[in-house]
Amino acid sequence: MSSAQPMPPDQRPMEGRDLAMLAAGLAIVIAPHALRAPWWLTLLTAALIGWRVAALVNRSLLPSTGLLMAIVAVGMLGVWLEYRAIFGRTPGIMLLVMFGGLKMLESRNQRDAAALVFLTWFLAITNFVYTQSIPTALGMLAAVATSVAALVGLAAPRRALRANLRTAALLLGQAVPAALVLFLLFPRVQGPLWGLPQDAYSAMSGLSESMAPGSLSQLTLSDAIAFRVDFRGKLPPRRTLYWRGPVLWDFDGRTWRLGSPSFADLPEPRNGTRVEYSVLIEPHNRNWLFALEAAALLPPRSRYLDDGQIVALAPIRTRLRYDMVSLVEADPAAGRDERALNRALRLPPGFNPRAHALAESWRASSTTDLQVLARAIEHFRVERLQYTIEPRLLGRDSVDEFLFDSREGFCEHFSSAFVFLMRAAGVPARVVVGYQGGETNPVDGRFTVRQADAHAWAEVYLSGRGWIRVDPTVLSAPRRLDDGLARSVASEGALPLILRPEMAWLRSLRYNWEALTHQWNLLVLGYDPERQRELMSWLGMRDADWLELASTLLATLGAFVLLLFAWMLGRLVRPDPVQAAWRHFCRKLGARGVARAAHEGPRDYAERAARNLPSASEPIRRIAALYIALRYGPAGGASAQGESVVQLRRMIKELTFG
Amino acid sequence: MARPVEARPASVTSGGAIVLGHRRVYIVPSRLGLLFGAALLILLVGSINYALSLGFALTFLLAGMGIAGMVQTTRNLARLSVRSTRAEPVFAGEPARFRLALDNSADFDRPEILARHVASGVQSRVDVGANMAALADLPVPAERRGWQPLGRVMLETRFPLGLFRAWSYVQPDSRCMVYPRPESGALPPPAPSAQAGGARAHAQGSDDFSGLRAYQPSDSPRHVAWKSVARSDTQHSRSDDMLTKQFAGDAMAEMWLDLADLPASLGLEARLSRLTGWVLAAERSGAHYGLRLAGAQIAPSRGDAHRSACLEALALFEGQ
Repeated sequence: MSSAQPMPPDQRPMEGRDLAMLAAGLAIVIAPHALRAPWWLTLLTAALIGWRVAALVNRSLLPSTGLLMAIVAVGMLGVWLEYRAIFGRTPGIMLLVMFGGLKMLESRNQRDAAALVFLTWFLAITNFVYTQSIPTALGMLAAVATSVAALVGLAAPRRALRANLRTAALLLGQAVPAALVLFLLFPRVQGPLWGLPQDAYSAMSGLSESMAPGSLSQLTLSDAIAFRVDFRGKLPPRRTLYWRGPVLWDFDGRTWRLGSPSFADLPEPRNGTRVEYSVLIEPHNRNWLFALEAAALLPPRSRYLDDGQIVALAPIRTRLRYDMVSLVEADPAAGRDERALNRALRLPPGFNPRAHALAESWRASSTTDLQVLARAIEHFRVERLQYTIEPRLLGRDSVDEFLFDSREGFCEHFSSAFVFLMRAAGVPARVVVGYQGGETNPVDGRFTVRQADAHAWAEVYLSGRGWIRVDPTVLSAPRRLDDGLARSVASEGALPLILRPEMAWLRSLRYNWEALTHQWNLLVLGYDPERQRELMSWLGMRDADWLELASTLLATLGAFVLLLFAWMLGRLVRPDPVQAAWRHFCRKLGARGVARAAHEGPRDYAERAARNLPSASEPIRRIAALYIALRYGPAGGASAQGESVVQLRRMIKELTFG
Repeated sequence: MARPVEARPASVTSGGAIVLGHRRVYIVPSRLGLLFGAALLILLVGSINYALSLGFALTFLLAGMGIAGMVQTTRNLARLSVRSTRAEPVFAGEPARFRLALDNSADFDRPEILARHVASGVQSRVDVGANMAALADLPVPAERRGWQPLGRVMLETRFPLGLFRAWSYVQPDSRCMVYPRPESGALPPPAPSAQAGGARAHAQGSDDFSGLRAYQPSDSPRHVAWKSVARSDTQHSRSDDMLTKQFAGDAMAEMWLDLADLPASLGLEARLSRLTGWVLAAERSGAHYGLRLAGAQIAPSRGDAHRSACLEALALFEGQ
């Protein structure tokens, strides 16, 4: 039971079972990174962990310090060669992954093990940089539980594994209320605290600042969610669901780019149907906020640009919710900006001669811009260009080749060609990128817009009327508007799985999952300083500043700790050990169907129990006799009495019923 | 040795056991706990910087776990009852084998409790099961003769996470008799004193039967009272039921072990050490011996009780 001079706790060698637990926790947090890491790093880390596990069997396998240093050097060199950096976000995480394997390998005593536990937690949190989905959360929870069990194992190396696991579970269970209080009340600040590495948000997907043939069709292969919409009231008609994003002005023959719009006041749209909704946008690391045409409200911390974009002041790097009001099918604003109109006529010289010729023929036969536009619309409608998600690759004169040779394309080809033709005919035009359509999730009734709904269209300026939207894709493939991408493209082979018609069951599964995910995003991931303020005012604290939050937090947490103390220590206060042991005995017999009646004295009760449970009659009588002696007998020597209570407890504990 | 005791006494139950009230259990973060705090801070800053909601959740879950761990560490000691058991006498130079009984009347086990003797640093690690008692051995070095009190004992635990260190002090009412260190290679005891004539009749021999005493393994089989063995229940016949016939004779004389016989130049402790060695030698030889210590004297006799009385007198001797 005891040893004379134990080693200091952190020098004690690790038990094999704790090491296995640590290795399991580490493996869980590294696994998602393994898919992102270069293959050699994954292999190296796995080998290091495997090496340590093998050394459990054969201790001589543990490497020398020199060898460890050599592995560190090679690993760091490899990371540098791979990323040309050591301190960026991704290289940093990759190094951390490798250090996890190394620390595992060189772990011998409990201090190493504790360091390994902390490293596991760091690695767990680095996974959240990439995804904070429910499966990731569950995985990391499993890793944390494993590492906590390892910590308990380190603190009590001689205790049974099952008991240690129970303790770990109890600890985590008791941690939940405190964690909840901290999560809700810890004063949140809007990050970041300092400049982030350049590559911090490279993983986010969404529209980009430019459009070249193939860029949008690439994006539409992803069925990732772009944003979700909660309409207050009726869903507006599908033909009006144009979610306006960046406006592209400048064309170099291949790529369309942003112009240089300036901040402006939100124009007052006229007529149109008022639609109120809120948008929960996924982070896309750009500033655009999406809204239906025409926006009549600016979300907080955002600006309106004079070409109709709404931009947030900072890139959207966390899920963000904003309320919007739009007036759909409103009359366009009639403002006239000569500088902008000049820009909307500019074309790179020497590209697409056949398109130029076509446009000039329209110009020659028309007297007004409106007539030119009508000719162009007619052209797209009659020509029936093929709408496909996998168009042929185009060469230098992309517009010519699309219009006259391949005659097939995706929305970026249609919009690019249309705007080119309009400009060539002298009508100001620009490309607008955004999303078109979306679908209602039947499970939670929320409207979902995916990357697959990405779309590009044109806007044409008609004097006296302003900028009006023309969707050349719809002119050639009218079903795009009503049926969405899935039914309007020629071949389905390249469609995202979820959009294929035969996958109905998959879709229903997906709807349920996404409804759950939406709640998760809204309630857990979307909990930000804004939500916190709302919660506090709901709790009756209007405009709570961080000091009020902190004091509320400390008070609640303090109350929690006191309650926990009272609960855990209150269970310890026993009036009389003899009585407690007797009650335990009665409970044990009661579980066997021989409950003590209120009027029964110990002797009668034991006699009845002994008769009913013949296999244990002998110990039952002995226990009762000892109890009676202890409780009613003369006060014996104090220490003798103490010994007897322990004996009584042991007898009751060892009481079995055959 | 032990530092002065605090005025505030431990709550003592009627059984002489000390119950650690939870207000007497102190708790601070261990070194690992401080590192844990630092790690949480890093996790928190990372979560703020990258706006990771789940980062916050993970950090706060770990913080909550730390709090729960703190409560459980306190609980591991709170209301543990500590009793001291009797410590057997030892000779100076040997460790005094103090022994604490930790009695757990709770439904949960209390693993990894470290009992550390404050003065000497001797420690012992015990696990106390639910509703069980466990013994912590504290072999405290005993260098000086006389009563050695146990002094303060610190009970410490870091269970379940090692992030906090909870401790409490107890001062059980336990003391150990430390006999003087017996002088090794001592002179043989002086020859039986001739002047003690009146005691001759008590000398032991093998001539005349004078009574029965308990059998000792070294006794000759010829002296075993076989008739009394046969009378007792044969099934339970064991050596401790056997009796040995004692015979009075004058082959062995009584002897006096006298402090005054030893030269004062030796110093008191050396003389007491030598007397101790003589007592042991005399007891081994089976002689009757008496002890004279500057006025006080113990009449010649033999046996364990006599030996203990002599050794105790030597241990507690205060000087002339």
